Amino acid sequence: MTAALTDLRPELHGPAQLDSPRAAKLRRANREGFKINWWMTALMLVASLTILVPLYFTVSMALKSPEQAASGTGFAWPADPHWENFSQAFVMTNYPAAFMSTAVITVISVLGSLAASSMVAYAIVRNWDRKFFRLSYIYFLSAMFVPFPVVILPLIKQTAMFGLDNPLGVAFIHIVGGISFNSLLFIAFLRSVPIELEEAARLDGASTWQTFTKVIFPLLAPMSATVGIFAFLGSWNDFLLPQMLIADPSLQTLPVVQQLFQGQFNTNYSLAFASYLMALAPTLVVYLFAQRWIMSGVMRGAVK
Amino acid sequence: MTAPADVVAPPPAGAERQEATTTANGAQASGPLRPDRKVDPTYYWMIVPVLVLFAFFSTIPALIGGFFSFTNYAGYGDWKMVGLRNFQNIFTDPEILASYAFTFFFAIVATLVVNVVALLLALGLNSKIKWKTGIRGIYFIPMVLSGLIIAYVFNYLFSNTLPTIAESLGLAPLATSILANEQWAWAAIVFVTVWQAAPGATIIYLAGLQSISTDVYEAASLDGAGAWRQLRNISLPLIAGYVVINIILGFKGYLGTYEVIVALTGGGPGTATQSVAMRIFSGFAGGDYSYQMANAIIFFIITLIISLLQLQILRRREVSL
Repeated sequence: MTAALTDLRPELHGPAQLDSPRAAKLRRANREGFKINWWMTALMLVASLTILVPLYFTVSMALKSPEQAASGTGFAWPADPHWENFSQAFVMTNYPAAFMSTAVITVISVLGSLAASSMVAYAIVRNWDRKFFRLSYIYFLSAMFVPFPVVILPLIKQTAMFGLDNPLGVAFIHIVGGISFNSLLFIAFLRSVPIELEEAARLDGASTWQTFTKVIFPLLAPMSATVGIFAFLGSWNDFLLPQMLIADPSLQTLPVVQQLFQGQFNTNYSLAFASYLMALAPTLVVYLFAQRWIMSGVMRGAVK
Repeated sequence: MTAPADVVAPPPAGAERQEATTTANGAQASGPLRPDRKVDPTYYWMIVPVLVLFAFFSTIPALIGGFFSFTNYAGYGDWKMVGLRNFQNIFTDPEILASYAFTFFFAIVATLVVNVVALLLALGLNSKIKWKTGIRGIYFIPMVLSGLIIAYVFNYLFSNTLPTIAESLGLAPLATSILANEQWAWAAIVFVTVWQAAPGATIIYLAGLQSISTDVYEAASLDGAGAWRQLRNISLPLIAGYVVINIILGFKGYLGTYEVIVALTGGGPGTATQSVAMRIFSGFAGGDYSYQMANAIIFFIITLIISLLQLQILRRREVSL
């Protein structure tokens, strides 16, 4: 395409006839810069401070003595780091319990979302000619139009009635809430999977279930990564559902615990920020190590 | 967002099978390659349990809630039918009307600001900058962080740090917390929402920008189009579809905004920043379950109309692209 355009150019524009393709290329390179745009780099670095400064602030506050935290703007680096803030916050908020509760919700909703939405997507795509499956598809999709505030009040009553006012109930609702979007992602992906692969397995005598687990599910891996990342971030950071549904405060998740302790935190800010930092740390650490993987997964979701 | 189109589009392998079922007409017509023409029960096992869970956790509560919106149920104890009284009361309740006004105002402002910021970020991150991966990595950090906790951090910044700085600079009007300012508290909520939500929108824009072939830009620059004209006449028109998607997804999300407000203002000062979602969620604590359910039904109808209008726009957009 480029070559063709360069060749055509002299005919299209008279005065440019003097340009050899090479000169044009060089000029273009100078004009729009195939080399690094340093001004833009500097601008983006400066602007990234809006992200980094609040994070720095959280770390520096978490390490201060309560007296230093209460004075000044909070930006000063801690005079002597008070690591014991973390152990204090750890004990006070019962961090291990909150962490476990959050982790249980996250693991169940990630695995459940993957299993449920991939099976739903497979059943729908392979039986598109059946009314039952088409209607199921429309039923799942229609839920995307129902905003969460509409179901929450009856849902609180219902989960309490069935003994699901605990992390397990929250995880279930995460799975159900994500079905529409997640199976949509899987369906879009499944339609690009050639049916021949499956037919080969069938010829070898594989049942539907075996075909799904041995052939289809492994093929879905890239989209499973995307669905898994969304489910992980959504359930780990969720505040609304656990706050509304979990009755026992000792089973509350990390974000909700931060809210429950606001009363105590308002008298000791360094303790508050130590607790915030510990609650933010798990996803931050995962992000640092799996950044490339997470980005490509999210990007795949954006394209679909 | 291609959902509406998918409903009518059969999957690639479907056509052949559709034909087969119509000729078979219920009888066994299994060729050697398709032993499953009579739907394998396994498929039902895959979808029915999920359908049941789905109905149990979303459809049934919605129906039960809808029913109670016509009663005077407080969330406990006895109740009786009251017809449309809850709905009538809502339309004359200044506090509820104010929460709708605030929610829509907030959602519109947040959608605009998030998209402008995200578009600028995407253009910056897509340009030829040094350390691209690293810089992108920084900008996408907010995506993995809890919105509630980030809002608590900003709560401290807004109510302690900024006033202290303003005071030392002698800026008297800024020396009090913006969160306590009835007129401007919303700006703080928008700021934190943008901080949180911009990366997600940026990713969608980046995907759009990367789908544009570099040939187009080369051709344009050969024809003498500068950076500004390339942006206006190539980048923006070609990612218009992504703008529409971002606006639709964003607006719907910001209408249900909750946790950032909880952590920043708690709906205050007074009820200045109370969103519709917050009002509805207070249904149990306030003992006005049925009243807030009626509120929720109205909220549902409004968001449904908006979604349908947006789908209409989206469809027209796809045709014109």
